[in-house]
Amino acid sequence: MTTAAPVHVKPRKAWTPSQIILTLLGAAVSAVFLAPLAWALFTSLKSETEAVEVPPHWLPKVWTGQAWKAIFENGNITNWFVNSLVVSVCVTTVVLFVSALAGYGFARTEFRGKGALMGLVMTGLMVSPAVLGVPLFTTVQQMGMVDTYWGMILPQCAPAAMVYILYKFFQGIPRELEEAAFIDGAGRWRVFFTIVLPLSRPSLAAVGIFTFIASWNNFLWPYMVTNNPDLMTMPNGIATVMNSYGIQWAQLMAGGLMAGLPLIIVFVFFQRQIVAGVAHTGLAGQ
Amino acid sequence: MTTSAQTVRAPARARTAAAGATVRRKQGFQHGGWFVAPFLALFALFVIWPLLRGLYLSLTDANISGDAAHFIGLDNYREALNDPLMWDSLGHSAYFTLLVVPCITVLAFLLAMLAHHIERAKWLWRLCFFAPFLLPSTVTGNLWQWLFNPGTGMVNHVFGIETPWLTDKSYAMLAVVICTLWWTVGFSFLLYLAALQGIPAHLYEAAKLDGANAWHRMVHITLPMLRNITGLVVALQILASLQVFDQAVVMMDFGPGPEDSTRTFVQYTLEQGFTSYRVGYASAISIIFFVIIAAVALARMWLLRNREEGGR
Repeated sequence: MTTAAPVHVKPRKAWTPSQIILTLLGAAVSAVFLAPLAWALFTSLKSETEAVEVPPHWLPKVWTGQAWKAIFENGNITNWFVNSLVVSVCVTTVVLFVSALAGYGFARTEFRGKGALMGLVMTGLMVSPAVLGVPLFTTVQQMGMVDTYWGMILPQCAPAAMVYILYKFFQGIPRELEEAAFIDGAGRWRVFFTIVLPLSRPSLAAVGIFTFIASWNNFLWPYMVTNNPDLMTMPNGIATVMNSYGIQWAQLMAGGLMAGLPLIIVFVFFQRQIVAGVAHTGLAGQ
Repeated sequence: MTTSAQTVRAPARARTAAAGATVRRKQGFQHGGWFVAPFLALFALFVIWPLLRGLYLSLTDANISGDAAHFIGLDNYREALNDPLMWDSLGHSAYFTLLVVPCITVLAFLLAMLAHHIERAKWLWRLCFFAPFLLPSTVTGNLWQWLFNPGTGMVNHVFGIETPWLTDKSYAMLAVVICTLWWTVGFSFLLYLAALQGIPAHLYEAAKLDGANAWHRMVHITLPMLRNITGLVVALQILASLQVFDQAVVMMDFGPGPEDSTRTFVQYTLEQGFTSYRVGYASAISIIFFVIIAAVALARMWLLRNREEGGR
């Protein structure tokens, strides 16, 4: 009797030989990728003298939280953490707001000089603090914003790339939706906030996530514009202050992990959105 | 009466309503200047103005303290073109780019193929390959400085070698490249992974029916379907790599590396501006750098357009 109904349940992923080999390969490569992070973690749990023992060994012989305790007690690290948080949250909020508006404006509305302005924004894609750092610094200096939050935040808030990504996205929304709302008498701003924005949630999430990562990890601009250790962000403080007098490796690794771990933990929980976001922002550049 | 009045009036009302609707519909898209205004204000202040200011400063002998600057024409540019240190630093950035871009592209592709084809725990591979990208550049730089450290470092210990990574000019840039690969390959990996997932499965099924083996399927389906994304990955990587600064400078204790071998272009502009206080000269080489970056970006746009026209 072979009249069994066709099986709809997929056999649960069999361990074929090729799958076994691929999984082992994946595990090996992952180990290589994680090893440096593990090394940082183990170093941070050694005493400073054990950290610099020759030859090096992976696991601490004596596990100690000394380095972690020291960075919280002696250093500025909690300050830097708060500064990083303030700067990244402000930058992300402002970027989302202005680039969503501008992307919509360029994609959907008419105004004089639109073509020329769009060309200008495309030029902006090629400008960054790495390219024009010195003139940007003198500009910010003129405005009296050196060593201030404003000076750190505002120059990060004009990313042409994000406007371009949202511009392309808004172009893909069917015009009829907005037209129908206009006919019903809705104003332009209402249409934007109640129809367009809710439709663009995935794109906005992508831009927001990407901006937050970039801003949290930004080193070059905060490095140029702040000298005051109380105002520094995590990457900047760790690189300049903790590196300045005789590196203490266990403390440096503890500080580094503290700068890196928040994003990694967030990533574990929001993996799907972040992966989609990075792919989305990247792919939009095509 | 009432009925006839209604029948007379109804079309008129409909007509005015319709006219009003078209007007409203058109008006809805008019005068969008206010939408772009907030962005343009920030953009003008922090992108366009510095660009123009850089152009102006590059024609002067301005210094950082804001003393009166004198107009000196193209002298800064003339000096830059004859400045061996500028050419050296440009060479270092170009060398770095030349090493990083092909490696990262191939590596990202291989990692994506691996993660795409393993059926179990997909989230785990994504996490492992992408996690380094989430570290700040300076933390990455410090971590690899520590790993490459002679004696106490793990790299030499694990491989049983005694390579002077950070103190010999033939290895220093290589060390920066290895650090960068580990740190940033995850981004391109995600782009490739997304592109792989976007290839329609029926293409593979059809090829299988036609008797194509795995190798043929990769060469004739996967690789051609990934052509666009490869162009994007290469372009983004070239632009980012030319601007290398953070990790190199941190790994070398904020110096130019052994025998100045890792002094990058960005580092040189900052040294001129902030260490030598020569804002005018630093602006001139920044403008030169901007032109190089713009040329790369425009070349890509030109290539894309040519391909589109040739393809269809």
